[in-house]
Amino acid sequence: MSNYYQIDKETMPVEDIRKVQSEKLVKQVKHVYENVEYYRDLMDKKGVKPEDIKGIEDLHKLPFLTKLDLRDAYPYGMLGKPLKECVRIHSTSGTTGRRVVAFYTQRDLDVWYECCARALMAVGGTSEDVVQVAYGYGLFTGASGVQGGADKVGALTLPMSSGNTERQIQFMMDLGATILCCTPSYAAYISESLKEQGYKPEDNKLKAGIFGAEPWTQEMRRDIEKGLGIKAYDIYGLTEMMGPGVSFECSEQTGMHINEDHFIAEIIDPETGEVLPEGAKGELVFTCLDKEAFPLLRYRTRDICILSREKCSCGRTFVKMTKPMGRSDDMLIIRGVNVFPSQIETVLLKEGYTPNYQIVVDRVNNNDTIEVNVELTPEQFSDTVGGITDMEKSLANAIKVMLGINPKVNLVAPRSIVRSEGKAVRVIDKRKLLD
Amino acid sequence: MTIRQLTVFVENKKGALVEITTALADNGIDMRAMSIADTKEFGILRLIVNDTDRAAEVLQNMGILVKVTDVLGVKISDRPGHLSQALRVLDDNGINVEYLYAFLLRTDKHAYTVLRVQDNDLACKCLEDAGYHIITDSDIAKLLK
Repeated sequence: MSNYYQIDKETMPVEDIRKVQSEKLVKQVKHVYENVEYYRDLMDKKGVKPEDIKGIEDLHKLPFLTKLDLRDAYPYGMLGKPLKECVRIHSTSGTTGRRVVAFYTQRDLDVWYECCARALMAVGGTSEDVVQVAYGYGLFTGASGVQGGADKVGALTLPMSSGNTERQIQFMMDLGATILCCTPSYAAYISESLKEQGYKPEDNKLKAGIFGAEPWTQEMRRDIEKGLGIKAYDIYGLTEMMGPGVSFECSEQTGMHINEDHFIAEIIDPETGEVLPEGAKGELVFTCLDKEAFPLLRYRTRDICILSREKCSCGRTFVKMTKPMGRSDDMLIIRGVNVFPSQIETVLLKEGYTPNYQIVVDRVNNNDTIEVNVELTPEQFSDTVGGITDMEKSLANAIKVMLGINPKVNLVAPRSIVRSEGKAVRVIDKRKLLD
Repeated sequence: MTIRQLTVFVENKKGALVEITTALADNGIDMRAMSIADTKEFGILRLIVNDTDRAAEVLQNMGILVKVTDVLGVKISDRPGHLSQALRVLDDNGINVEYLYAFLLRTDKHAYTVLRVQDNDLACKCLEDAGYHIITDSDIAKLLK
């Protein structure tokens, strides 16, 4: 049994990877320069012409892209193909100003699904498998990516979407799901629910799980593995690149192989932008080599990690990345949803509150919780308990509309939020996300 | 005809209440009546004091949230069933009571009940029509003299 979807690509010698990357990069830079005015302007400003890029050794000459650029170029500014050639849109969970809207041609979808097929086969997936997709279907990339991968492998997909745990469990047991794909926190929740219903780990037919879209620890991995009686694998991706499958774990479970025939990964110093040598910890930067519709070059992910090209026992030659060890910006990932404190601030101001707030994130029973403490003003203070709890409910609802997740809102006394050097501490993240 | 109540937001932290009462005592504020509504996260302290403006100023200067609310004070005989009769008057007139608290007087055979309703004027009229005595700020001032 082979655990590869495309063995010739996944195990090609490192020199060949570099050759493929160089050839694709030269073409891609030309494509972007000719079709994406926004990036052409950036290159012109930096004085770089497409002919200056002769291979991956010239990559560092290209300008970086950030989320800010995507905001400026929203919605069509990064398009590399006419809309009539695009077949799909996906978007991040972010909202106004922070939302990333990505476009795909049919070829972009094919490449994406191939990447996910590799991830599925790396964990032992075959056409015999029943893949339960419990990521939310819709704008979010998670479900589409893994289902596309399962289609390529020829596995049977159970497109459950997220939520309705009772039904998830019923389908899982009745239809013999063998691979579960969802966020790690939802996997932990399903595991707990199974236990509550009296099922033992050996009662289900699951053999593996592919879990991504949010940070999780080794401890959580062990809990899920024990609770479901499976091997749990990590998968990484971002909408800006395509979605899940940019990198994936193999049987070794020691980091995620980046699909280097489609993406070039660099590690940079987030302060200076300088490219760091292999093995250094820094910010991950990706260049898409094959994307047609949304072809980002040198996109700064803000994820901090380490790359390693040590020989892997699985036989893959693709470089491995560690799980993201942190962020170089203030983005939080809560229940798989990207949250920026500034989004919450926008809601507060719109609803007539002070921008004196604090976000407290925690993880209780493997589930993320978010509380937003907001200082009351004398004008807002009501003499009835109902008056205050109504305000809390209505504010929680407004934040939910913005973020897509339900926070608990606490209205607190003025100046009760601790300020360090006069500046309020915006985020307290009590979760232990890193080992 | 209403009386002035000082409403204070009390944080759910150790010593929050004693901090407030100490500050009022230090500034010679005399409390006539008090009530506290508490939730898991915060409390709302309601006070009838001898000098509402001064008390509000003292607490505001400490950074504490306060609000002066006009509430209704009713004199009720200190006998079983008399509070119910007064509340029945309000209910019959479709007036909702958001909260109430009462205090007994040492000298008088009456209880003073503080009521918070949406429409003070309407509630006042209904109770007066039914023969109740509505307390004024000057009644309060006379207490404990």
